[in-house]
Amino acid sequence: MAVKSLKGRQHNLADSKRQLEYLSNGIFAPGGLPTFETQVKTFQDTSLRPKTLEILQINLGYMCNQVCAHCHVDAGPDRKEMMSRTTMEQCLKILKQTSATTLDLTGGAPEMHPDFRWFVSEASKIGVSDLIVRSNLTILRANKKYYDLPEFFKAHNIHVVSSLPFYKKEKTDRQRGDGVFSQSITALKELNKVGYGKENSGLQLDLVYNPSGAFLPADQKALEADFKKALKKDFDIDFNQLFTITNLPISRFLAYLIASENYEDYMQRLVEAFNPKAVAQVMCTNTLSVSWDGFLYDCDFNQMLELKVASPVQNLNDFDLDQLQDRFIRVSQHCYGCTAGAGSSCQGSTV
Amino acid sequence: MSTPYYENQDLKKFKNISDWSPELGKKFFDYYNSVFEEGALTSREKSLIALAVAHTVQCPYCIDAYTQDGLERGVDKQEMMEAVHVAASIRGGASLVHGVQMMNVYEKRSM
Repeated sequence: MAVKSLKGRQHNLADSKRQLEYLSNGIFAPGGLPTFETQVKTFQDTSLRPKTLEILQINLGYMCNQVCAHCHVDAGPDRKEMMSRTTMEQCLKILKQTSATTLDLTGGAPEMHPDFRWFVSEASKIGVSDLIVRSNLTILRANKKYYDLPEFFKAHNIHVVSSLPFYKKEKTDRQRGDGVFSQSITALKELNKVGYGKENSGLQLDLVYNPSGAFLPADQKALEADFKKALKKDFDIDFNQLFTITNLPISRFLAYLIASENYEDYMQRLVEAFNPKAVAQVMCTNTLSVSWDGFLYDCDFNQMLELKVASPVQNLNDFDLDQLQDRFIRVSQHCYGCTAGAGSSCQGSTV
Repeated sequence: MSTPYYENQDLKKFKNISDWSPELGKKFFDYYNSVFEEGALTSREKSLIALAVAHTVQCPYCIDAYTQDGLERGVDKQEMMEAVHVAASIRGGASLVHGVQMMNVYEKRSM
């Protein structure tokens, strides 16, 4: 497994323009498979537009203690991009102004940001109904300074959403690195210990499953039942919900698809599984994604492809929600990942 | 240059069998889809049975399809290989149990 990001390795797909070129040519060249834009327009009159803003997703930075094989952020220990305190203050200001009821903190590993705890404390005072921290779990055990994070999360009523690709060691470690599974299990036990995932505790612990290869996720409910049964039986671990997320063909997962000669089959599978019902539920219609440097995107995937919102307002400095809402959502062929089968979003399947 | 009998792209054309016989094709695919719905057996269990049968009938399309289907359902490699061994043991057992017939004939014809 690689120990550096694509950017750190100076891989050609570290460049988002190269990724977009790849996604727009080859099998999607004129005469080939329909582009996402064309496909959407065969089922509805217009291109995608935003609905009411519900989720503000803030990416605090791309630094992470892990270098997962599928990571769409291309995160890793060598990534130094990190949100400034000033930008964090701007985020808090905007959160107070908007209709967003969910604040979703992601990264990298957001816990590695030196102002993470300050930011969470301030955000929790604003009173959003759902304050999510996306944790990779191993960070909770990576260093003694993180050991008290479960208590910190509890004190601020954080909704913890944790990645756990599978309930067995082999698939988890192949995707996320050796030793990740056992560290994740320890972290989950620590979260359970303070009440997370336990009935009637009010402390929500959800897990995220994403396929460890070039295939689509299983039915969310069926897989949740398998996860619950196996984690209870093998490790006495409890959690609330499982979210299944389809791997989108960008960044490291795109690099994997191409290197393993799975790219064309995978894209064809996504196109064949296109579900018009999932189009109505795509998360980019109720989410706004903010990058470490304050730019605005329709979703975290578009952020990584550097597809800024198609609006005169592109940065927190000029924030104007009314103007922002009057825009079209930027799409490319990676969007097929969110509309395949039962649909996919940061909150799991959508249909 | 020889053309292989099996082309993996042909799996995607499976539905085309309805083109030359729409009514029977529809009946088959309706039945097929119903069979794999959740029932007394889960869809996951049915997928593993399908994988074992695919190896018994040695259908490369079916092996391709039900390995991918298993991956999507969270079936791991140990489970898949155990299913293949179930297929192999029944196939092998089917040969060996006929050994009793061989033994019967041998004994009958021998002094």
